[in-house]
Amino acid sequence: MFGWDAVELARAQFAFTMAFHIVFPALSIGLASYLAVLEALWLWTGRDIFINLFNYWLKIFAIAFGMGVVSGIVMSYQFGTNWSAFADRTGPVIGPLMAYEVMTAFFLEAGFLGVMLFGLTRVGPRLHFLATLMVATGTLISAFWILSANSWMQTPAGYAVNADGQFVAADWLKVIFNPSFPYRLVHMVLAAYLTTALVVGAVGAFHLLRDQHLAGPRVMFSMAMWMAALVAPIQILAGDQHGLNTLAHQPVKIMAIEGHFESHKDGAPLYLFGLPDEKAGKVKYAIDIPKLGSLILEHSPDAPMDGLDTVPRENWPPVPITFWAFRIMVGLGLLMLALGLFSLWERWRGRLYQMRLLHIFAMLMGPAGFIAVIAGWVTTETGRQPFTVYGLLRTADSASPLAAPAVGTSLLAFVVVYFVVYAAGILYLLRLMAQPPYPGELGPSSMSPTRTAGITPAAGVAQDAYGEAGA
Amino acid sequence: MTGMTVDLVTIWAFIIAFAVFVYVVMDGFDLGLGILFPLFPAKEDRDIITNTVAPVWDGNETWLVLGGGGLMAAFPLAYAVLLPALYTPLIAMLIGLIFRGVAFEFRWRTRSERNRWDIAFAGGSWLAALAQGIALGAILQGVHVEGRQYAGGWWDWLTPFSLLTGVSLVAGYALLGATWLILKTQGSLRDRAYRLSWYLLFAMLLAIAAVSIATPLLTIHYAQRWFTWPNVVLTAPVPVAVAAVTVLLLKNLAERRDGWPFPLSLLLFLLSYAGLGISMYPYIVPQSITIWQAASPANSQLFMLVGVAVLVPLILAYTGWAYWVFRGKVHPGSGYH
Ligand code: HDD
Ligand code: HEM
Ligand code: HEM
Repeated sequence: MFGWDAVELARAQFAFTMAFHIVFPALSIGLASYLAVLEALWLWTGRDIFINLFNYWLKIFAIAFGMGVVSGIVMSYQFGTNWSAFADRTGPVIGPLMAYEVMTAFFLEAGFLGVMLFGLTRVGPRLHFLATLMVATGTLISAFWILSANSWMQTPAGYAVNADGQFVAADWLKVIFNPSFPYRLVHMVLAAYLTTALVVGAVGAFHLLRDQHLAGPRVMFSMAMWMAALVAPIQILAGDQHGLNTLAHQPVKIMAIEGHFESHKDGAPLYLFGLPDEKAGKVKYAIDIPKLGSLILEHSPDAPMDGLDTVPRENWPPVPITFWAFRIMVGLGLLMLALGLFSLWERWRGRLYQMRLLHIFAMLMGPAGFIAVIAGWVTTETGRQPFTVYGLLRTADSASPLAAPAVGTSLLAFVVVYFVVYAAGILYLLRLMAQPPYPGELGPSSMSPTRTAGITPAAGVAQDAYGEAGA
Repeated sequence: MTGMTVDLVTIWAFIIAFAVFVYVVMDGFDLGLGILFPLFPAKEDRDIITNTVAPVWDGNETWLVLGGGGLMAAFPLAYAVLLPALYTPLIAMLIGLIFRGVAFEFRWRTRSERNRWDIAFAGGSWLAALAQGIALGAILQGVHVEGRQYAGGWWDWLTPFSLLTGVSLVAGYALLGATWLILKTQGSLRDRAYRLSWYLLFAMLLAIAAVSIATPLLTIHYAQRWFTWPNVVLTAPVPVAVAAVTVLLLKNLAERRDGWPFPLSLLLFLLSYAGLGISMYPYIVPQSITIWQAASPANSQLFMLVGVAVLVPLILAYTGWAYWVFRGKVHPGSGYH
């Protein structure tokens, strides 16, 4: 296919299926925590508005979670189908991390999900809240293990190599808490929270644009804007620290991110934009700020920095992709910060629910988190090339002994299936979001003809009693 | 059988076998419901059928992730050889599971009259079940290995034998699905499930017989394992037990005791599975790689064993709790979806 060899097709397949997968965990991780907060607020205050919002987002969560699960199973089998040499060599180290993910996270999520979705009337509010907490905890534990596995591939530590050429653990604590893991975990979990806040905020803004007095959208918009204003700056700080960590452990990735083809003896510039040209070995049409690169990365304007000219060509990552993916992520991060600050300003002026420009901005930023997450992962993964285990195992030596047609066919099958399934899923998600939450909102059980008791009183709650809540 | 020392590797072989078995029976009845879906065209019936598993299917499927992930962790070499060998059936299975999985949610969300996601639910279940059965057959018949890699082509799995195991598993899952419906439903739905169970039990017995005859014909190794002295002492009880369980199952179907056909069908699966284990042991890739050759180093297996010892009982406990919460018959309209 396209004249690609089996390894290139396998990479395309991994990138494609992963980019589809990560969108849903980013939303599930954030929404699960948000749902736990909403339910806690409901139990604490007893106000209907919180259980209404809970049920509203629960239906959306159910769809996102389902799609996360089915796309995740594809990922876990892909290590064997397309990357069997990788699986054989690294299985003893990252296999156990993923096995722990299954045992501590996936089962927890799956086991309590049914109760969370359908069980409120069967187990009562307290046990139900426990189930919600378990699901939320499960998503975070899942992030812990899988990011540990991924970080080990970026910054391997605590390992030895046995006679069969397999990586084996010498020290499990060092394997799990490898040098880049804490940074990646913090950065990714914050990314999930930000992504969710932007989605919730966009939905709230969408309904406020139609009617500023809707109580539900007011509450969710306000909550989301607090989250964005708080988390966006923290994320930028975390990203900066992450970059310093990468400079220490994966300097070549930073060279690609920064477009530093040449070494700079007395201070490296920061390229804002430009077209990295690998053949010519320079950034064309560059707009740069002299010495800012060294200032950010080395905290000194004149610090010398090595460039890709110190690295053999066969060890270069694809520079243009890494360079651009990083700028997309950072650009979006700055926009998120702008949104957060804008909302604080309008909140302070008492116009949070009236300022249409803010609502339009928030709506446009709805998908920004997803794009930033994918761009971030593309930076991370492409920047690690041409290795799967950084510096130790080449991507070319990781693939399965399969013929290109086999991998090409399966890639094509996934592309077709994902577009059908995800188009439908996203349509259903948008439809649910296009409805404002209404008083007496029902959870996923709403499809059954007899309503479950307890969250029923649709007719009983007067509109204005409900309207009070958001004021 | 010689060399039955209980070491770490053997323990792990049993853990993986356990995870796969739990998957087979738990997701087996879910998939069985999808397989039977075309026979229940009415929307009300279909709503009830999906509602009987909606709260638990995700947990059921997670055992597949444990089986796969556990294999990579405990027997990386087997994982690295078997998955490329089973490439096509596994991709087909994954695609089937995608359609089946999203249909649980999507079928409630569509607005069109004829529900396309019902077709996806049934089609995905058929595809996944068939692919799993084919994969099983492909493993049993052995794969071509050179060095530490699979060395065959991407169509080697396709043989009459693997097609037989594919169809057999579909029949078996359908039986699990039908007896699950007996357990969980009432009225005309249950009546039809009873009627179906008769046919499906017959189909399953036929399948067991066919696979039992075909397997020893595959290689002399399997024949020796089953029919030579003293192995016979161990192997002979298996068919006897199958016969006994069949009689009990027939009796309970005839007397219409709702609670029994499902567990008895599970028992039938357990016996078939034990037979499989007798054939394969101690190979994990039949005739080429033993569990000891494929095992990851002891420190990896030990590290995980601690987790298994603590966590699997816990998982079984809260999974049991979730089933308990949603116990009993599902009434029309009282569904939890
Ligand atoms: C930062 C988070 C994160 C990342 C990087 C990944 N995942 Fe994921 N995954 C999740 C976070 C998550 C999640 C939040 O736990 C799930 C549950 C539902 C969802 O939407 O995402 C999920 C579901 C999920 C499932 C289904 C679990 C179930 O049956 O309940 C599997 C098998 C995987 N994933 C496997 C993978 C693999 C093999 C990955 C890497 C190559 C991967 N995930 C990356
Ligand atoms: C969560 C979001 C992730 C995204 C969006 C992502 C994205 C990508 C991309 C774009 C590639 C192709 C890079 C290239 O060929 O230039 C890739 C490759 C790969 N990634 Fe990731 N990845 C993610 C997480 C992970 C995790 C958690 C792991 C392991 C635990 C992992 C393991 C791999 C492997 C084995 C490859 C194949 C070899 C390669 O092409 O580098 N990835 N991924
Ligand atoms: C604006 C300032 C930001 C900076 C300076 C920054 C920095 C970085 C760096 C340096 C990496 C690569 C680390 C490595 O591969 O070693 C990275 C990865 C990543 N970024 Fe950002 N980031 C920023 C904003 C964001 C935002 C707003 C999001 C999403 C909402 C995001 C999501 C991600 C993700 C998902 C990854 C891949 C996982 C990881 O390696 O942590 N980033 N970021």
